Amino acid sequence: MSEQHSSVQNEEMGRRKFLTGVIALIAGAVSFVVGLPAVGYVISPGVRKQTGEEWFTLGPIASLTPGVPSGFPYSYRIQDGWVETNVAGTAWAVTDDSVNVTTFSDICTHLSCRVNWREDRGTFFCPCHDGEFGVNGEVIAGPPPRPLDQFENRIDNGQIQILLKV
Amino acid sequence: MTETPVSAPGKVEAAFRWLDERLGLTTIWHTIFARSVPETNWLYTLGSASTILAVLQLVTGMLLTIYYVPSPDHAYDSIQFIMNDVAFGWLIRGMHHWGATLMVLVVFMHMLRVFFVGAYKYPRELTWLTGVALLAIVMVLGFSGYLLPWNQRAYWATSVGTSIIGVVPVVGPLLLRIARGGTEIGTLTLARFYGLHVWWMPLALLTIIGVHLYLIIRIGITSPPERDE
Repeated sequence: MSEQHSSVQNEEMGRRKFLTGVIALIAGAVSFVVGLPAVGYVISPGVRKQTGEEWFTLGPIASLTPGVPSGFPYSYRIQDGWVETNVAGTAWAVTDDSVNVTTFSDICTHLSCRVNWREDRGTFFCPCHDGEFGVNGEVIAGPPPRPLDQFENRIDNGQIQILLKV
Repeated sequence: MTETPVSAPGKVEAAFRWLDERLGLTTIWHTIFARSVPETNWLYTLGSASTILAVLQLVTGMLLTIYYVPSPDHAYDSIQFIMNDVAFGWLIRGMHHWGATLMVLVVFMHMLRVFFVGAYKYPRELTWLTGVALLAIVMVLGFSGYLLPWNQRAYWATSVGTSIIGVVPVVGPLLLRIARGGTEIGTLTLARFYGLHVWWMPLALLTIIGVHLYLIIRIGITSPPERDE
């Protein structure tokens, strides 16, 4: 250890710089080894793709009055982390000719509040920011950027079915 | 010895000098990292190793809280979820698990080194005492963390561990009930061990590490004793 004291200043500084570099490199590698997986760890449930589809039966098409929307509850099971849980919602169905049905969600396209049907005005109304939609889900007033989102549907044995992405 | 830790040309250097003038970065660098130390050996790095392990435990532990739920209904399943479904969950939990074991080991070896070179003596008594407190906190962290997986091993280890508290004369049974939050190990035990593990002990650890490091920087470290001393 004593020859270190006799070494010239330059050599000592070079050694110091080298060691600083090595330590920085190791510290960087450790941060990388922890930091990169941490990013994947945190975002992992958010970037998982939904792939499932299922047909959900709302009710008989015969129960609809032409020109008046009817609300039907729907629900499906999802895997919420390690818990299996129910997701419930309301689907609106409206028909003009009792053959073709338009089905759409009650989730406002502005900021996802739920819209209510107003019998007196004949419109869907969103209480959060006064968004208003027509009988077929088209925007009438307020901030919503697009009509209410529609469900793909089919009529099976007189029953209205909607396609749910689960 | 007035060289700066960063020596980059032009604008970076100018930006560094601007910050340095206001934050005193060079002073911090020289006080904390480039301070004078006696000729030592590798055993003197155990303290730094403990600090780095503490930081690693803190970071991985904070990551685990993103998914872990401290309730008997969910604790076990949430850990299964971390291990099987979350990207790199096995790695983050693995680092926390092995880091905990390593930390107890490294902190203990650090204590042995300080003991055997006599570094606890005047004027470093408080560095030693805060170090003893840190060792105790690490043990509590290890013990409280052991229950959180809520598996058979966790349950029975805590059963045995808390029973030891009950052996204390006179007040033992009372202390046992306080530790468990009742007579049995259950929801309350898990919740209070969790609180202890993620709030009380980590904050105590960080605070006392702060004092410990302040003392080390203020007083300095000892050189290994020589034969003729």
